[in-house]
Amino acid sequence: MIEITGLRKTYRSRGREVRAVDGVDLTVGEGDVFGVLGQSGAGKSTLLRCVNMLERPDEGRITVGGVDLTSLNRKRLRLARHGIGMIHQHFALLSSRTVAGNIAFALEVTGEPRAARKARVSELIDLVGLSGREDAYPSQLSGGQKQRVGIARALAARPKVLLSDEATSALDPETTDSILRLLLDLNQRLGLTILLITHEMGVVKKICHSAAVMRDGKFVESGPVADLLHHQGSELAHGLFPLAARSSEPGATLIDVTASGEDADAPLTGLARRFDFRILEGSVETLAATRAGRWRLALTGDAAPQIEFLRSHGAQVEVVA
Amino acid sequence: MTWSEVFDLLWVGLQETAWMVFVSTVLTAIGGLLLGVLLVLTAPGGLLSAPPLYSVLGLIVNITRSLPFIILLVAVIPFTRAVVGTTIGTDAAIVPLTIGAIPFFARIVEAALREVPSDVIAAATAMGATRTQIVGKVLLREARPGLVAGLTITVIALVGYSAMAGVVGGGGLGDLAIRYGYQRFETEVMVATVAALVVFVQLVQMAGDLIVRRLSHK
Repeated sequence: MIEITGLRKTYRSRGREVRAVDGVDLTVGEGDVFGVLGQSGAGKSTLLRCVNMLERPDEGRITVGGVDLTSLNRKRLRLARHGIGMIHQHFALLSSRTVAGNIAFALEVTGEPRAARKARVSELIDLVGLSGREDAYPSQLSGGQKQRVGIARALAARPKVLLSDEATSALDPETTDSILRLLLDLNQRLGLTILLITHEMGVVKKICHSAAVMRDGKFVESGPVADLLHHQGSELAHGLFPLAARSSEPGATLIDVTASGEDADAPLTGLARRFDFRILEGSVETLAATRAGRWRLALTGDAAPQIEFLRSHGAQVEVVA
Repeated sequence: MTWSEVFDLLWVGLQETAWMVFVSTVLTAIGGLLLGVLLVLTAPGGLLSAPPLYSVLGLIVNITRSLPFIILLVAVIPFTRAVVGTTIGTDAAIVPLTIGAIPFFARIVEAALREVPSDVIAAATAMGATRTQIVGKVLLREARPGLVAGLTITVIALVGYSAMAGVVGGGGLGDLAIRYGYQRFETEVMVATVAALVVFVQLVQMAGDLIVRRLSHK
C-alpha cells in the first residue's frame, strides 16, 4: 500500500547540513500497522511528512496505493492527499470550529456536497465515540477527545491509509491505550493501513504488526515484529522485553531465550521437565500480531544439551555469560 | 459661549469624526487585510513564497509608517485631489487617514495570521486543501479574534489621526479642540471635546472586546 525506495532528505540550516532521512526503503502492506520507532531527531517525523509530500524528498520514490506521489503536479497531489489521512501529536484542530465543524472541514476540502456532509459527520462522530460532543469546541475537550476528533477528520474522505505523527505522545497512559485500541479497531474493521511514528515502545507492542527502528536517518532494523524478536541482537527485542538483571552467576551459564507464537512458552516448559535451571527474569506478552516471551535463564550443569533442546523447539538462544 | 452652543459644535464635530473614522476604517479593513495576507503568503517559506516581493512590500509598509501623519497628510495632497476631486473637507481627510492606517493594520494582520499554529496549516495541506481554502477557512478564520482586536486598535489610532484632519479642513472633534479650546482659550469646549473623545474611544474598545470574546474559543 505504501512503498518507499531510496528516500533521502537533507536540511540546510545556518550552513550546516542535516541528513534527516538517509536512504530509507519501506514497504507497508495493505491492512498492515507499521511502526517506526526512534528517538527525537532520528528523522522519523521527516520520513512521515515525506509520505504525503508535506516535505519534498531530495531523492527516492514514494508510492501510495500504486500512485507515485513524487511525480504528481500540485493539483493531482492535492487529490491524492484526499486518500491519505493524517493525525498529529498536538491534534492540529481548528480552535474556531466545533467538533462537527472540524470534521466537516475535511469534507469541505474534498468538495462533498453540503447535504451529504451532515450525515457523514454524524457517522464519523459515532465511529470515534464522540456522540453528544458534536457542538463542543476543542478547548472544551480532553486530549483523548481531541485526538478522536483528529481521527474522525482524518477518516472523513474514506482514506485507505492513515499516517500517525506521534498521535499518542501528548496523552496520558490510559488515554493512549484507548486511542491505540480505537486505531486497532479501525485497522480491523475498515482494513485501514496505518503507518505510525513513535518514540514509545508500548505503541509498537500494542498495535504494530511490523516495525522499524530508526537512528540518524537510517533504518537500523525493520520487519514483522515476530521476526525481529528472533533476530539475534535485535534492539526491538531488547526494547520490548528488557532483560537488565544480573549478567553473571557463579557456576552457571546465562542465556537469553526468545520465543513467539501461540505456544511461545512451550520451549521453556519443555525444558523444565528435563533439566534444572533458574529463571532470573522474563515475561510472556500478547503483542498486536503475536504472543511472545523472553527470559534470562541461569543453566546449571551442562549447558549444551539444554541450548540444543531450546533451539530445536523453535526458540532463539543468546549466550550472555 | 453658552453650553447649548458648545453642544451644537460638539455634535457636528462628533458626526464628522464618526464619518471620517467609519469610512477610513472600512477601507483600511479591506486594504489592510489584503496587504497583511499578501505579506504572510509571500514571506520566505509562505504559501506563495516570494522573498523579493515580500521585501518590497515590507519596505513600502515601513516607509509609510515612518512618516509622521501630519507630513503624510500634506504629502498625499495631489493623490487626494485625483481621487476625491478636492483637497479640503472631511472626505478629503479620509484619503490620508486610509493611506496612513492600511500599513499599520497590515502589520497587525500579519502578526495575527502568524499566530495560527503551523501544524494546523500542515494538517489542512495534508487533507488536500487548496491555498484559497487555507487562507479563507484556516488562516483568516482562526485569526479572527486577533484581527478584530487589531482592528479595534486601528480604529482608535484613526480617531487620534483624525484630530489632524483640521489641517485640510476636515473638521471633527480634534479640530474643534485645537481651534476653540487651544487657539481661542474656550476651556469649556476643550473639556467637552476631550470628554466626548474619551467616551467615543471607550465605546469602540468595549465593542471590540465584546466581539473578540464572542469569537474566541481558545
